[in-house]
Amino acid sequence: MTIGLDSISPEKPHLEGGDQTVVSLEGVSVSYGTNRVLESVTASIAGGRITALLGTNGAGKSTLIKALSGANPNYSGTIVLDGAPVRLTSPQVASRLGVATVHQKVADGIVPGMSVADNLILTDFASGGRRGLVTERTTLERAREVLKTLDLPWSDRILRTDAGRLGISDAQLLVLARVLRTTPKLLILDEPTSALTAAEVERLFVVLRRLRAQGLAILYVSHRFGEIESLADRVLVLRDGVLAVDVPRPFDWHTILEEMLGRPTELQQGVVDIRRGERTLLAVRGLPVLANAAPLDLDIRAGEVLGVLGLLGAGKTELAETLAGARPMLGGSLELDGTPYAPARPGDAIEAGVVLVPEDRQAQGILPGWSIAHNTTLPFLRAFSSALGVLSRFREAGRGDSVIASLHVVARDAATPIDDLSGGNQQKVVVGRWLADSPSVALLDEPFRGVDIGARREIGATLRRLAADGRAGVVLSSDVDEILEVADRIVVLVDGRIVLDAYADETDRATVVRSLLAIASSDSASADSASADSGLTPTGAGPDGSIPASGPGPVPDPESDPARNENSR
Amino acid sequence: MSTSTAPSREGKGPETRAAVTRASVGTAIAAGIAKWGFIAVTVGLIAFFVITEPNFRTTANALGMLKYIAPTAIAGLGVALAMTVGGIDLSVGASAGFAVSIAAYTMVVANQVGGVAISVVLLGGLLIGAINAVLVVIARIPDLLATLTTMFVVVGLKLIIVDGQSISSQMTLQDGSTAPGKFTADFLWLDRGKIGIIPVPVIIFLLLTALLWFVLQHTRWGRALYAVGANAEAARLAGIRVSLYRAAAYMGCGLLASIAGLLLAARIGQGDVSAGNSLLLDAVAVALVGVSVLGAGRPNAWGTALGAVLIAVMVTGFTMVGLPYYAQDFGKGVVLLVALLFSFTFSKRRTVVVAGSMT
Repeated sequence: MTIGLDSISPEKPHLEGGDQTVVSLEGVSVSYGTNRVLESVTASIAGGRITALLGTNGAGKSTLIKALSGANPNYSGTIVLDGAPVRLTSPQVASRLGVATVHQKVADGIVPGMSVADNLILTDFASGGRRGLVTERTTLERAREVLKTLDLPWSDRILRTDAGRLGISDAQLLVLARVLRTTPKLLILDEPTSALTAAEVERLFVVLRRLRAQGLAILYVSHRFGEIESLADRVLVLRDGVLAVDVPRPFDWHTILEEMLGRPTELQQGVVDIRRGERTLLAVRGLPVLANAAPLDLDIRAGEVLGVLGLLGAGKTELAETLAGARPMLGGSLELDGTPYAPARPGDAIEAGVVLVPEDRQAQGILPGWSIAHNTTLPFLRAFSSALGVLSRFREAGRGDSVIASLHVVARDAATPIDDLSGGNQQKVVVGRWLADSPSVALLDEPFRGVDIGARREIGATLRRLAADGRAGVVLSSDVDEILEVADRIVVLVDGRIVLDAYADETDRATVVRSLLAIASSDSASADSASADSGLTPTGAGPDGSIPASGPGPVPDPESDPARNENSR
Repeated sequence: MSTSTAPSREGKGPETRAAVTRASVGTAIAAGIAKWGFIAVTVGLIAFFVITEPNFRTTANALGMLKYIAPTAIAGLGVALAMTVGGIDLSVGASAGFAVSIAAYTMVVANQVGGVAISVVLLGGLLIGAINAVLVVIARIPDLLATLTTMFVVVGLKLIIVDGQSISSQMTLQDGSTAPGKFTADFLWLDRGKIGIIPVPVIIFLLLTALLWFVLQHTRWGRALYAVGANAEAARLAGIRVSLYRAAAYMGCGLLASIAGLLLAARIGQGDVSAGNSLLLDAVAVALVGVSVLGAGRPNAWGTALGAVLIAVMVTGFTMVGLPYYAQDFGKGVVLLVALLFSFTFSKRRTVVVAGSMT
């Protein structure tokens, strides 16, 4: 874990605006069945402050949020809001009392098929509305009122478009504007940046800082330490349902991490034992990863972990899915271990030993309601069945057990339904599914998203063992630090082109970030100089080694990508 | 709280413990109801009829009930199969009715033997299933709409083939001649035959249930079918040919529906043009009951069979106690409602796989 404090200017403690306690929790506990998941939490959240809530998966963050937002009325203890004890029995009650929540899955707050304006005033429809008659004029008027809460300069044209076509960051702002209209006292944000690009994160932070200046109490839940360092005034850490840390700025991250993980930990500064793969295992030649991108060349080598860094829309998911046969090739050719390789469907790739841990665990990874064992064996059913197709439960359970053991999955046994696991442990199971069969090339697309640091280390270590074993590991991520933490070699992808390809000891964080941002801001000259500075030649650029000029272009919304919809049907 | 199951911890007020206990006992009760409730209803109903009706507690009656319900159960197995891939098939009743008329036409009008009729009917069932597969998988019409359309087309096609008439032996044909053939003995054996004391339809019903159970539960193809229903995209990325499995499920459903039709035809002994009309709702109902039985949470063979048995028990029992036939639909509705409550309301399981979840 590289926190990269050097690259983030820590901001001064925020002093103006009252320091009044808006919400205080007094001995709040929650149990599910006989399992106590929140243990007598006592804390206070102040107005005009951003309070960050940290914790590994299963530490009780979601449980605390559910209690505060009224989603789980079965808590004990007292919640005091503005000096008066309240009972948050439902989301509606919580909202009326001034608790607004923006959930991680923004899409759940948007009604596709309705216009942006309709979505902005959605609560009016729900509450019966002041007027029965809804005309477009009144709708737009009221929508504009709502936009004022965030000073969003959205035109009428945007207001009239289908909200389902908004990018995820705009959709998030829409939901935020809508909840702010109820003038809440406490705003809860659950992993608000997990699907945003760096620029979108910055835009959100500007909004949050302004809301803080207006005196709003903000509870900010995130896994990203860099964000918290740059944004928060106070940090709360939950561990095993207990409030382990409650500190104001300046943050001592070593202590916070130790408390969060419950064991002493070293802050890793990237990979120490950098390996250089000798042999090209999977050769990508002239493959355009995006419809309008230049062809790309890439050597995936045995014996190393390759980190592909790319923001949303850079083509990293497209690259991974193409190599894994889950997406038709747009051109070019592939060679696996010296022989031509053209997977027409995922089954071909799996048979050839090329596996993909997909980006979206819920939608593409897990089989809900299934046991851990059955979740791990799905791609390899033939190997677990007799010639007549009869499955061996015993051997399946064995595979489940070995995945649990090798990735330290926290679960009772392999028969446990995967739904009962925390997000991080579910991800470990999905990763274990694909790595357990000793693939020759393992592609992991955003394997650390929404995963706690413990699970993340476990997955990283497993991947490094795979590489040490002479196979190729590929991690694709939009998070610089995740890549630096696990990769021997780093490839930066921008708009479907490789702008940096270097081993970890030949480059540094600043160079990597620069290569990512310089191109993204359409300044191809500075990008050239950035890579020239570090003495690297970008591969996969134009034939003459130049980098084609790129526009800042809109960030494609993954939901509206037709190719993806095609495939997920 | 004397029944506290929560580990008691220091420093907790009594009200905390009480809340914990209430929650856990409540959860346990709900889970218990979800898992055993439906079995309890069936057993209770059987016990009631066994005690109150002397005629009910005979072996002959038990076998009779199973024989009576066999076509419904087999069509229900077909619906359950379609539901494993997250679909539904509303054309099972039409397929069964089509089978009845086609079987009669083959034997009576075309003067063929029973074996030929059976082959033609089974092929027809596969064909209807294939049409559904094309509409749902290739043309991407939502399953409810596609199979509803197939239902109309198949019923209409049947009426055209038989000129809208029920086909019976010695009937007068369009050209004034008398139909040459009749329902042959080998065909009628499907209904009237017995192996030991067990009627053939019961044997077919139990064999098909066991077969479907084995395939779904113990083979990799069954696992793949369930995977497609649980998460089609995850299944695709796991190398499963999603389209092939969905197509196979619809074709299997069509085949099962035509087998149900064969049993109906053998029972009626003529090509009753209205046969199969009432089959659809019962078949869907028993498949849905199957999802709820034992907290399975997904369509399955034995659950479906049990649902069919329950309907047979109800119909027979209600008839014996003198409940008029027109009140029996009400009884079925209530039982289905109870089953759905077990599946959705009392079950903690978030992933009940039912029709339409693919679309």
